[in-house]
Amino acid sequence: MADLSSNFIGIKSPNPFWLASAPPTDKEYNVRRAFEAGWGGVVWKTLGSEGPPVVNVNGPRYGAIWGADRRLLGLNNIELITDRPLEINLQEMKSVKRDYPDRALIASIMVPCEEEAWRAILPLVEETGADGIELNFGCPHGMAERGMGAAVGQVPEYIEMVTRWCKQYTRMPVIVKLTPNITDIRKPAEAAMRGGADAVSLINTINSITSVDLDNWAPEPSIDGKGAHGGYCGPAVKPIALNMVAEIARSAETANLPISGIGGVTNWRDAAEFMALGAGNVQVCTAVMTYGFKIVQEMIDGLSEWMDSKGISSIDEVVGRAVLNTVDWKDLNLNYIAKAAIDQDLCISCGRCYAACEDTSHQAIAMSEDRVFTVKDEECVACNLCVNVCPVEGCISMNPLAVGETDLRTGKEVVAEHGDWTTHPNNPSCLLA
Amino acid sequence: MTQSAFTSGVSAGRLSPEDLDANFSDLHAPLDDHTAAVAADRCYFCHDAPCTTACPTDIDIPLFIREISTGMPEAAAKTIFSQNIMGGMCARVCPTETLCEEVCVREVAEGKPVIIGQLQRYATDKLIAKGGHPFARANETGKSVAVVGAGPAGLSCAHRLAMLGHTVTVFDSRAKAGGLNEYGIASYKSTGGFAQAEVAWLLSIGGITVENGTKADLDALQKNFDAVFLGMGLGGVNALRAAGEDLENVTDAVDFIADLRQADDLSKLPIGRRVVVIGGGMTAVDAAVQSKLLGAQEVVMAYRRGKEAMSASEYEQELAASKGVHLVYNAAPVRILGDGAVAGVEFAYTQTVDGKLEQTGETFTVQADQVFKAIGQTLLGAPEGLVIEGGKITVGDTGQTSLAGVWAGGDCASGGDDLTVTAVAEGRDAAEDIHASLMR
Repeated sequence: MADLSSNFIGIKSPNPFWLASAPPTDKEYNVRRAFEAGWGGVVWKTLGSEGPPVVNVNGPRYGAIWGADRRLLGLNNIELITDRPLEINLQEMKSVKRDYPDRALIASIMVPCEEEAWRAILPLVEETGADGIELNFGCPHGMAERGMGAAVGQVPEYIEMVTRWCKQYTRMPVIVKLTPNITDIRKPAEAAMRGGADAVSLINTINSITSVDLDNWAPEPSIDGKGAHGGYCGPAVKPIALNMVAEIARSAETANLPISGIGGVTNWRDAAEFMALGAGNVQVCTAVMTYGFKIVQEMIDGLSEWMDSKGISSIDEVVGRAVLNTVDWKDLNLNYIAKAAIDQDLCISCGRCYAACEDTSHQAIAMSEDRVFTVKDEECVACNLCVNVCPVEGCISMNPLAVGETDLRTGKEVVAEHGDWTTHPNNPSCLLA
Repeated sequence: MTQSAFTSGVSAGRLSPEDLDANFSDLHAPLDDHTAAVAADRCYFCHDAPCTTACPTDIDIPLFIREISTGMPEAAAKTIFSQNIMGGMCARVCPTETLCEEVCVREVAEGKPVIIGQLQRYATDKLIAKGGHPFARANETGKSVAVVGAGPAGLSCAHRLAMLGHTVTVFDSRAKAGGLNEYGIASYKSTGGFAQAEVAWLLSIGGITVENGTKADLDALQKNFDAVFLGMGLGGVNALRAAGEDLENVTDAVDFIADLRQADDLSKLPIGRRVVVIGGGMTAVDAAVQSKLLGAQEVVMAYRRGKEAMSASEYEQELAASKGVHLVYNAAPVRILGDGAVAGVEFAYTQTVDGKLEQTGETFTVQADQVFKAIGQTLLGAPEGLVIEGGKITVGDTGQTSLAGVWAGGDCASGGDDLTVTAVAEGRDAAEDIHASLMR
């Protein structure tokens, strides 16, 4: 049986599944339920400075998009950091950590971008027995308007500065949570590293408006007829998050920077994918807000089963395993030639591959009068669109041509050598090569 | 209640009013918005979709389903009505299991088609309930057309002609318009007075006058109108040609179905304790099922050929069986037994030898208080001068008869199955041809 225990920057947890700093981790009550359900760790909902807490709106905080059967695909929120007094949160954190010493408890923090503010709060957090802190430089709404959250995360110099303060004033490991609302995710990650961060976590939510109320001409969720952009999360953001995690994992500058993967993790497979691309563990929010804490059991069972089936015994063997295979476009082998093939036994003759290819791609699928669909090898560029629009799993496959076979589209023989853009004759930059 | 399923003879009030209400409620409850959205999402939006090809009226089914899935049932309904103005009734009575849904790729792949019929009803109900009419008439052409028969063929033809700007008068011998939609469809397929509501909605386009209770004379019509469309259906019923056919309580199934549809109070409609229905088509199924729903204790539906030859679909046969109808195949009626009133039917078993149906010599008797004959309808009172073949008015592709200026469609005309949807298609296509001919 696979060992799921995790050691992320020295913070131990029985499994790599943490709850992200968010509504599910705002109170002792919720966090105890999460630990009882089996979650390995919790990043407590972001703490602010002492004094009067923030206030939230009293109308809808969430907006969503759904599939046809109300499967929640994406969630948007305009909630702020914890709106409970700091002392209460700290007391509760201490109490929970005392009762669950084997679980990871991380404090998420967001205070003004002033050294004194950070110096004031860090000892208070340390006193709870928390295993580490996460700097919330990602929250894209509300707090960002006040110069915190994403407003810090979008300025690498600020990230470096605040990270350095934290490393200076606490012995706890420091995780810097990054905002995706930036053009190049590597820059803030590098800044965190320069500041001495032990790890980065990403992604925070993406600036978003989920929908528009066409009767009232207002974005949703609407508060008294007006709407503000929120932060987008849930299954829909996973591809964006995966790429950003991979960007940091495969960059030479940040290759050794531990990553806590966040963004649409909904099941064991999502978690395994994040870890394969370099995340040491994952954080989950939307999935539990949709289904409750119990899903962690599926994640534990599924990851364990998959690791056993692969002969993988520990989480470390998964982390980063796909990073080396994540390359730039220019490094892709242009001598690799594949062709689509339609399994006629599985084909249900819906014609979607034909419509997609004929209308929008390469006119590489033929349709007979009796609705038999076949691939024209002399036109097929193996773009995979037919595979993606086919409603039958496994019906269309992309089969590589063997070395020595002739590509009917180009008339050229398939060669064994790797040949990419860097050496391609059409590339003006490699004329000398 | 004094009567029960066990009361012998033909008697009313076998079931409580509550049971009758339940039995004759909608066969399929209307879809709600969410169920419709989920059902619509199952449609693959096939290229050159087989369902559309299978539809006699060529409704663009993937398009209307996509319009439902995007929350626009009204747009979906317009897509449907533009091809089939009786899309509301067709959604209820079409044998979708042998048309669009039979060829749905998901039926072929999974045995579970997109529920096209129910989605069509969802969309058309929404638009009709909203009130108003989705189509406007073209400018008046000054041409007039007579339509004989206010059934699906006649009304479809009249609507399309009116839309194209012609003035239409529809003549019908019955008290209400609608034809078989009003008098011939099983009650549980058209509940809540839908047939009349649909007629009123269809006529609201304007330009159409319906004259009920009239007998039309073709010569006079030809004189008084620029064109004539015949859609009078099949007014006659085939005789059994078996001894005892004249006994009391031996009647035509079409009359029973019409009486049932017109009954204000089903608890006053008498039905036999033991009912035998003879025939293998939709009329036989409708009569047999509704006999059971009225409270008959035993209902036997006997067909002289095998199951595969039955014109009622597999689905309809299963529906009948599920309602408790006992289906007997390869049983030909030999004589009706009884003294005064019917007491039973003697059948001979049959088999097909070298493509010919013959009796095996073995007979059996089924007890019966009531017998419904459902062995086919025939053309009755066709005007003189028309070429008639195989008991139907001979027509061309777009309904032209052998007489200039006279078109025909629906059950009375050759070509196509005797289905509501086919009649609607034929009426529509004849209207387009009449229009082309009048505007030439």
